[in-house]
Order: sequence, then C-alpha cells, then structure tokens
Amino acid sequence: MRVGDTVRYGFSNVSGSPVRAFLLLLAMSIGVASVVMLSTLGEAARLYVINQFSALGTHLLIVLPGRSETTGGAPPLLGAVPRDLILDDSNALLRGSSVSRVAPIVVGSAPISFRSLEREATIIGTTVDYGEIREIAISQGRFLPSADIKRGDAVCVIGETIRQELFGGERALGQSVRISSYRYRVIGILGDEGQSLGMEMGDAVFIPVASAQALFNTESLFRIMVQATQRETIPSAKEDVIRILRERHDGEDDVTVITQDAILGTFDRILKALTYTVVGIAAISLAVAGVLIMNVMLVSVSQRTSEIGLLKALGGSRRQILILFLSEAALLSVIGAVSGILISFAGVSALDGLFPTFPLTTPLWAYVSALIVAIVTGLVFGIMPARRAARLDPVDALMRH
Amino acid sequence: MIELDSIERVFQVGDEEVHALKHVTLTIDKGEYLSIMGPSGSGKSTLLNILGLLDRPTSGTYRLDGIDTTSMGDNEQADTRRHRIGFVFQSYHLVPRLTAAENVALPLMLSGMAPKERHVIVEQALDNVDLLDRAEHRPDQLSGGQRQRVAIARATIMQPTILLADEPTGNLDHISGESVIEVLEALNKQGIILIVVTHDMDIGERAARRIRMVDGSISKDVR
Repeated sequence: MRVGDTVRYGFSNVSGSPVRAFLLLLAMSIGVASVVMLSTLGEAARLYVINQFSALGTHLLIVLPGRSETTGGAPPLLGAVPRDLILDDSNALLRGSSVSRVAPIVVGSAPISFRSLEREATIIGTTVDYGEIREIAISQGRFLPSADIKRGDAVCVIGETIRQELFGGERALGQSVRISSYRYRVIGILGDEGQSLGMEMGDAVFIPVASAQALFNTESLFRIMVQATQRETIPSAKEDVIRILRERHDGEDDVTVITQDAILGTFDRILKALTYTVVGIAAISLAVAGVLIMNVMLVSVSQRTSEIGLLKALGGSRRQILILFLSEAALLSVIGAVSGILISFAGVSALDGLFPTFPLTTPLWAYVSALIVAIVTGLVFGIMPARRAARLDPVDALMRH
Repeated sequence: MIELDSIERVFQVGDEEVHALKHVTLTIDKGEYLSIMGPSGSGKSTLLNILGLLDRPTSGTYRLDGIDTTSMGDNEQADTRRHRIGFVFQSYHLVPRLTAAENVALPLMLSGMAPKERHVIVEQALDNVDLLDRAEHRPDQLSGGQRQRVAIARATIMQPTILLADEPTGNLDHISGESVIEVLEALNKQGIILIVVTHDMDIGERAARRIRMVDGSISKDVR
C-alpha cells in the first residue's frame, strides 16, 4: 500500500468523527504547548540569571575571608580564627601576573543626611577599580578618584534613589552630605541601572575604602574583587590570589576564592535541572494524551470491526491493517503536536508582550522533543489497538455488524 | 478450479465439539454457477468462509487453481484473497466514509496501485454495474440495490477467479434483488466461478448447479 493512500485513509477516519478528533487534538496540543511553554520559561529564567551575573563584571574572582570548606584534618585548637583581609592584602594581589584589577570592598549600613532629610543607605567603601570592574554607569560627575588607596578622601558617589530623596529637584553634585558623623562631598551620581543581582544600586553610596574603614571603625575587608586579565587566565589568577595570600598569612590557606564562572556554572546547572523537572512534569500531560489516543483508537477498532474484516476479505494483510491503524494514531498525534506548537507560539508572544524585559526564547530542543515525544506517544499507545485490529479473525469481524 | 478434499471444520463451543463441516469433498470447474442452500447451521457459511480463505479447515485440503491453500501463510492467503477471490456480502460492507469510487478502489489501493492508474479501472468497473453517475456518492446516498452493485464492482475489480456471494439479495426488495442477480450472472457468463449462498429458493434454483447442505455434509448436488 502506498504511503499517500495510507495517510489519506487515516485522514478520512480522523475527519470522519470530528468531535472525537477535536477532543483528542485538544489533549495532545495542551500537552505539547505546556512542554514548549514551560521549557521557554525555564530557559528564560536561566538566561535572566546569567545576564545578571554577567552584569557583575567580567573575568571576576571574589575573595572572601575564611575557608568555607572542610579539609578533614584534626579540628584546630589554637589560632583557628581566620585572619581578616586587610588593605595590604588587596594591594599585594596586584603582584599576580594574571591579575589586572583589584577592588577591596567594605560594606555597611549608615544613615546619610542632607540638611534635615535623612535616610538609611548601603555604604560601599571601595576604589576606582570597582567602577571599572563592574562597569558602573555614572549619570553625573564621576566615580571615586584614583588617589592612594589608603587615603580616605571625604567624597562620595550616590545612587539615584538617594539623590531623589535627599535632594529632590536640587542640584546634588558638589553638595555636602553627612554619613554618620562624617561629611562627604558628592562627586558623582550613579546611572539608573536599577537592580543588580538583588542589590539596589539606587540605594548605594560609594566612598573611598579607607574612608569606609574609618567610618565603620574596622581594618578588615568584606571581600576583595579581583579581575583576571582575560577569561583564559581566570584559573591562574585564582592560583595567584591563593599563593599571595598564603605567603602573607604565614602559610595558612584561610581565604575562599570564588570564580564567577563557578557561580554561573552552578546556577546554570540548577536552573537547567529545574527546567527539565518542570518540563518532565508537563510531559506527563503528554502521556495522558497518549492514553487518550489509546482509548480512542481502541473504541475505533471495536466500532470498525466489520471494516477491518472487510479489509481482510479484500486481501489486506495483518501488516497493512497494523500500519493503517498506527498511522492513524500517528496522524492524530502529529496534528496535535503541530497545533500545540502553534498554541505555544501564541502563548509565548503573549508573555513576551506582558514581560518585555524577560528574555523569552524557546530553545529549539523544546520544539523538537515535544514533537518527537508526541509522535512516539501516539505510536506507542497506538500499537496495542492496532495489533488488536490486525489480529481480528476476519470471519468474526465480518459477522459482527 | 476449486478442489476440496474431505474438508472438516470443528469448532470448540464450551466443552463440546461442533462439526460444522464433515468430510466435504467438492470439485468446482472454471466458470461454474453454483448455489449452496440449506437450513441455518447446516455449514454453508462455514464452507463459504473456507472457500474464501477467511477460515482454515481443521483437516482436509483445499486446492485453488491447482495450488494448495491450506499450507499457505497468512500473508500468502491475504494475497490470494486479493487476486483470486471476490466477496459480496448480504450487508454490502461498504466503508461509510468513502465514496462509491473509493470503495471500489479499496482492493487496488491495498495492492499498491497508483491513484492515476486506479481511476481508469474504477470508472470501468462502475460503468459495468451501471453506476458511473454515482461514483462520488457515499453509501448512505445510494439505494440498497445500488450499494450491492458497488460491492460487486469492488469484488470483481481485481478480476478474480471466484466470486463468493453470501445472501447477496437478503437485504433487498424483489426488483433490486433481481437486478443484482442479473449483474452476478452476467459476470459468470464471462467465465468467473459464481457461488451463491442463499435461503431464497427462487434465487437458488437459477444456478446451473445446486448444492444442498444438511448438518455439515452435502446432501444433494444437482446439475
């Protein structure tokens, strides 16, 4: 039997009972559409997080005081407290051949006031390099001065929210604000870049790191951001950092170095796993659609028993009848899958309209796998009814009418 | 040519064995016109099913045109049905979704013939049964007699050696039945073996050779 005839014959069966076909296609297309749309959302979430991390800067390493991993050795009894990171450590890191920039960071919270207005702000003490590493946008003035790292100039760069709340329509640049009990001159306003990885840049106030140390009365750094010369040198930069700090800390490995790639990789894996899980759950609806196909095909076989008997009497072999019924099931699932993909197009573009900033792109594998799964489901669940049809005894089949 | 040699067919019904056919031996020559009559349960339908290769005998041999069919596999039997045997049923067995022409084309479709080639042959077959103007009608738009003529066109489209008709006029009024029988007889005159199973004495008597069955055996064979 010709392929074209097989398809046409199957199609005549499908269109012969439109309600049945419609309900079945509905089930199949909902299954396929949910697989495609959920994988789109999962992929979008992954891209969103990756973009956020990339906004953190490029070729980045973060140095934290203390070791976060257990080495399995005997519990240290003496001198177990990790050494703080200090400014000299930060300066020393610049010796590393793979290190291009270093930004020490001190973070704290303090009230900032201008005349009678006061509000709480996140104070970040760092150097000019921080601005370079994070590619911080400045809307007015400039970022922190590139003076001696140990010199605590009384200058600050404020976020957009702070500027609005303290100065309103007034010119902020050049004005003097009070942070705790110190006075600082505003030399720059941050660009309105919004949120970056959970930190509201609008609420941030940058001051020189030495000033922050004085402000919070501490020598120790919150962390040090290190930029490697290029992507390929990130591992050697990491080695440099660990080696230099070990030398400075009397041979103790008491810092943790996190590379941006490692964090990215972790998030990437987590979100991928999450996407697959959600898609897997959606795939259950495809299996349900498959059971429906089986059910409908079984009904179809018993309704068309005499037709099967006739086909056998006319010289149709078991194989031909098997193929006829299988192709009908496959036809149903292909049409269902295609309409499901069309529905998901509509759904994704609707979501795109609602959340224009969210990077919604459907990965190709979503379409391909949904299509394949739909067809395979149709075939797998179509086999049983088709075999039943093929095995019918022609005499019995013709008698039942 | 059909040669049946001591065909037996035993059905298992519960604990009981039912002998539907008991040592039936029968030879039918090319171009014969045969009627099989008998009461219900006499085995005439079973005989027809065996002749049509829809059923296998429990024992005995069935040779069709000199070839032993009892040793054939399923696919071979299907092939033989397709090329050598035509069926006409009491209830027509037309596929309701398909037009008259598509119904007639079914055997050609199963044999893998291209749609264009089929078209010519189907038109000729419909013309033979005087239904060319009904080609695009579906079965529910045709009268009983027309439906049976479509079924006959389908049964003969592969130019089989045997035409098996099981109560071909059973669902028809007298006039339609008459026209159907005339079509069948015309086919027989062209050389096809026509075997009609019927309850209707008038129809049965028209055949040149009349077989009567009782209790699974041939009780009368009149020429």
